[in-house]
Amino acid sequence: MLLRVITSTLVVGLAAVAVLGAYVTTQIRDGLVEKRVERILVESARDVDTTQQTFEASPAETPGELQQLVNDQVAALSKLGGESRDILLVRAPGNDSDVFLTPSGEGALLSIITPDLRSKVATGESQYWQHAAEPDGGGPAVVVGASLTLRSAGNYEMYFVYSLADEEATLELIQRVLAFGATVLVVLVVFMTWTVTLQAVRPIRAAARVAARLADGHLSERMRVKGNDEMATLATTFNDMATSLQRQITRMEDLSRLQRRFVSDVSHELRTPLTTVRMASDVLHEARADFAPSVARSAELLATQLDRFEALLADLLEISRIDAGAAQLDFKDHDLGDVVRDQVETLALLASEQGVELRLWMEEGPHIASMDSPRVGRIVRNLLSNAIEHAQEGPVDIAVASTARTVAVVVRDYGVGLSASQVQRVFDRFWRGDPARARTMGGTGLGLSIAREDALLHDGVLEVSGRPGEGASFRLMLPSGSRGLGLREPLPLDMVESDFPEVGPRVVLAAEAEL
Amino acid sequence: MTAKILVVDDDPAVAEMTGIVLRADGFDPVFCDHGDRAVGIFRAEQPDVILLDLMLPGKSGIDICREIRAESGVPIIMLTAKSDTVDVVLGLESGADDYIPKPFKPRELIARVRARLRRNDNVSPGVVRIGDLEIDVTGHRVTRAGEVVQLTPLEFDVLVTLARAPGQVFTREVLLEDVWGYRHAADTRLVNVHIQRLRAKIERDPENPEIVLTVRGVGYKAGGHTS
Repeated sequence: MLLRVITSTLVVGLAAVAVLGAYVTTQIRDGLVEKRVERILVESARDVDTTQQTFEASPAETPGELQQLVNDQVAALSKLGGESRDILLVRAPGNDSDVFLTPSGEGALLSIITPDLRSKVATGESQYWQHAAEPDGGGPAVVVGASLTLRSAGNYEMYFVYSLADEEATLELIQRVLAFGATVLVVLVVFMTWTVTLQAVRPIRAAARVAARLADGHLSERMRVKGNDEMATLATTFNDMATSLQRQITRMEDLSRLQRRFVSDVSHELRTPLTTVRMASDVLHEARADFAPSVARSAELLATQLDRFEALLADLLEISRIDAGAAQLDFKDHDLGDVVRDQVETLALLASEQGVELRLWMEEGPHIASMDSPRVGRIVRNLLSNAIEHAQEGPVDIAVASTARTVAVVVRDYGVGLSASQVQRVFDRFWRGDPARARTMGGTGLGLSIAREDALLHDGVLEVSGRPGEGASFRLMLPSGSRGLGLREPLPLDMVESDFPEVGPRVVLAAEAEL
Repeated sequence: MTAKILVVDDDPAVAEMTGIVLRADGFDPVFCDHGDRAVGIFRAEQPDVILLDLMLPGKSGIDICREIRAESGVPIIMLTAKSDTVDVVLGLESGADDYIPKPFKPRELIARVRARLRRNDNVSPGVVRIGDLEIDVTGHRVTRAGEVVQLTPLEFDVLVTLARAPGQVFTREVLLEDVWGYRHAADTRLVNVHIQRLRAKIERDPENPEIVLTVRGVGYKAGGHTS
């Protein structure tokens, strides 16, 4: 930020100074030269006039006398003009007089007079001038020329070469002063920009630092408020924000702590009477053979519904613990294949009682992932229970596979299936696909909700797909390490029956092996 | 001889119902409903097993557990309404042998109590040596260079189970079945905590155990020289 501001200031400043400098220099030069040329023209016109009158008034006739007169005149004029001008007297091109005068002045100067000027001088009555450069790499000069009639010697041309070296020197001096001033100005502007920007940037940097500290969880970090300018306003506003943030977070933490306390208290308060009821119910249930049929049946109902009540209580407590963010996970490396196999083994007997065959297909392992294995076991158990309940005595296929970053299990049944709207709601709490259905598994209506929460706690995903009458497919994907789920999916969500043998060999379950 | 069971629980209904269940199975229950009286009643009654609720008025179950453990190896089974990790581990570390989360089934309670009483039923007599320890299985005594090392019956069972098959690795699940009498998968923290307590008593340097060795990812085995 600082560097950028200074760079742009420097560029803009230099450009402005350069343009301004060029303009000022041009104006000054034009002004200087114009004034000088005016003076030169007046001076040279007067000198030419004087010379002409001198010749007209002179009685000189012979070439010698004329030559003498010319020499005297040129010497006088030279003395008059000083060192800044040279005088040149040359014979005009159309002069046919037989009196020849020796041209005076340095012949070298003749080369800087353009033919254009010479022809103008030869034809014209008045004087003409041009810009020129002094010979041998000299400075700029102005050449003024006029025509003279030197009695019997005929027409001659007189040229004055004025050096502009003085003007050039003045201009150079002005340019040096200007350049020095511009440099000082640019340095000053850059320095001021730097100071001002630093003053603006410093509080912003401080704010950034404090914001980073806040983000790191140091909630009591604040900015220093100094003076009462915009920066102080920024600091005050920033601090207000931090205070508000801190209050919110503290409130959330308090709420979460309260919620956890509440869950823990409810758990304890409910379990104490439930312990008595549970034992009493079991004692009655054990002794039901001695009761009248209606009492015996009542004892039975009491025992089974108590089981359901307990399961419901456990699930409720679990889900409120997850909601309160109080779930504690114990991450260790486990093979998802082992976890799934254990659950399938446990539920195989129950499934076969319902006429459901569990078929487990496993890709060549291992399928190691960092997980809380009781929770993942519970997810799989919930998926299996759900599948067995809805399989309508058909088979249930289970597949396990993994990629470098993801382990996955798919549980697929071919039973009642799910409509599109049911797919949307299947993870909702206490939602049931068909409220009228017999609850053979004694599910609590929270199993799939908890399963999804458990998957999220693992940074994994639990998805479902299904069509009415064609069964449902649930897929659980967990990241194997801390880098999250990979892009490549080990198993497709929508698997058909013929896909499963392609995953890997079918696992022989212990229950089947005994047969 | 009927085994005497001390039931420490402040909820009268739970205590009474537990009593009914215990009596039905031929045990002799005695009761205590206040934390401050528990240790006194324990000394007076000398029960064979203690069922101890953790949340009590007066002295907490954890403190009672520590005090009783300081003077006796009597089996203590915690009754916990919370199955929160911290509570369970704290209870086990303070000396409880086992725990039952509330609510429990009578059958489960009886099974846990019997498992704690059963311990020397199937022990073949003899003397086992491991490292510099001499284990008198019949006399239930462990000595190091003639000095008695005090172990609770449960710790003794763990040590004997491991020492009888030196070098053989026991998984936590196998130990839970052999020592605690669990048929199904149970809380492996039971094993971890008690191995730590055992090491604290028998190892010269519990940080670098020489007798009860950990086999990473599998379980435990007995090391050292045996005869």
